[in-house]
Amino acid sequence: MGELMIGLYVFVLATLAGREVITKVPPTLHTPLMSGANAISGISIVGAIVVAAGAEGTTQTALGIAAIAMATINVIGGFMVTDRMLSMFKKR
Amino acid sequence: MNYDIVIELTYLLSAVLFVVGLKRLQSPATARAGNALASLAMLVAIVATLIDTQILSWTGILAGVVIGGLIGGIAARRVEMTDMPQLVGILNGSGGGASALVAIAEFVANPAIGAGTTGVTIMLGTLIGAVTFTGSFVAFAKLQGIMTGNPITFPAQNWVNLAIFVGVLFLGAAALGLAGLGAEPLTLFTIFLAGALVLGVLIVIPIGGADMPVVISLLNSYSGLAASAAGFVIGNMVLIISGALVGASGLILTQLMCKGMNRSLANVAFGGFGGGAGVDRAQIGKRPVKSADAEAVAAELGYVNSVVVVPGYGLAVAQAQHELRKVGDLLVARGVDVRYAIHPVAGRMPGHMNVLLAEADVSYDKLFDLDEINDDFGSTDAVLIVGANDVVNPAARDPGSIIAGMPILDVDRARRVIVMKRSLSPGFAGIDNDLFYMDNTLMFFGDAKESMSELVREVRELA
Repeated sequence: MGELMIGLYVFVLATLAGREVITKVPPTLHTPLMSGANAISGISIVGAIVVAAGAEGTTQTALGIAAIAMATINVIGGFMVTDRMLSMFKKR
Repeated sequence: MNYDIVIELTYLLSAVLFVVGLKRLQSPATARAGNALASLAMLVAIVATLIDTQILSWTGILAGVVIGGLIGGIAARRVEMTDMPQLVGILNGSGGGASALVAIAEFVANPAIGAGTTGVTIMLGTLIGAVTFTGSFVAFAKLQGIMTGNPITFPAQNWVNLAIFVGVLFLGAAALGLAGLGAEPLTLFTIFLAGALVLGVLIVIPIGGADMPVVISLLNSYSGLAASAAGFVIGNMVLIISGALVGASGLILTQLMCKGMNRSLANVAFGGFGGGAGVDRAQIGKRPVKSADAEAVAAELGYVNSVVVVPGYGLAVAQAQHELRKVGDLLVARGVDVRYAIHPVAGRMPGHMNVLLAEADVSYDKLFDLDEINDDFGSTDAVLIVGANDVVNPAARDPGSIIAGMPILDVDRARRVIVMKRSLSPGFAGIDNDLFYMDNTLMFFGDAKESMSELVREVRELA
């Protein structure tokens, strides 16, 4: 089985797992869910590091660094704002 | 043990932590820990990557992290809860942009890659990432009021978009050498990228303000898919898994938002809904209403057993959530049962109102969604509607209305309905609201924040 097929299996099963887990998130938490999920999509920082580390030439280096910066905005901003929001949800 | 296996197992651990972290979002009590777990998962993945990758120069990587971290951190700390949809829009955009850049860099490294697996995934990653990037920034501009929130439409719009989409696909195929256009792959790729960026703009401009919850959810899903595509490009499973999780999450929210408006995704995306097409606007707000001042409203709310508050986008615009909570507290101190009913599409993103009320210190067990509370309106003494309109419009029960079938909060079944609103102007759907003219309805005109402050004073003065 080629790497593409393995990747596809993983993708489809992860989508189903995500569906199961996320369907049960109550509407009251939908905004933090979205910002938290958003932070997780900043996982492309891993790809950005790989690109920046192996960059040959100015164009590729610039692309890699820009990718890292954008992914970091996503990761740091996403997790921090999610935490800030969730800290406000209190039961009195 | 083989070194590669350790790295792969670390990525697997990261993926598991992401899933467990998301699972903890199923309850407000555990959600914060869940988010912390997801952050840990991210850290684990990043550390594994840094160890695994031969890094020649740290300068660039550190510069990127510092710049991105500062922008993200400051934005996260400073943003007002009312502006959360804009922030999430920007975050979606930068996530999509980062994934696109990863794919772009891979292509630039090897423009003669050809139409193999990697080539195709590069094109997919670039396309989805670029659309997410520009689409999110248009959504941001609309939400922030930099550009009009109304749908921007032009003749044959959907056909133009379709033509550009097909053209972009063709250019992508050509850049992979599938169609001989006689140009360099890199040139073709550049035009392909430009087309994808334009497409992102064109997809979002025809969608109006109150449909933004759908757009934000959809772009959220795209940002996940873009990360997955980047994972296929560099052959990294943790990217594929995390991207798929986010893709699923965004898609679920998109479906919920569409259901909340009883419209299909196609209708939201291509309908150019909003602005009240075909409605005789001159007739809106011409019928007599009963209006009341703060003193009368305070009396209506202060001497009853149960009050349900229905917040809408107007509450966010007026930043009246703190005053609203004060009114709620005063009523509770008087022995009134106060609850909050939140429509799925209230506000500009899923759960927007819940965050505002949580910020104002309203206990989360007092927040109820439509399904939970709709049957209770018949036994509710008074409903206080703050800046909501279409989601409480009984016209949704009329098969002939443009909002026919939209699930609404059945506030008209309560004994008394108080509508706090600036004027009788229509909501996003552009149609009049019969609720305002009903016998049991009182209109409490004014800016939500000022009216709410007056209400705080008047409720305090009640005997």
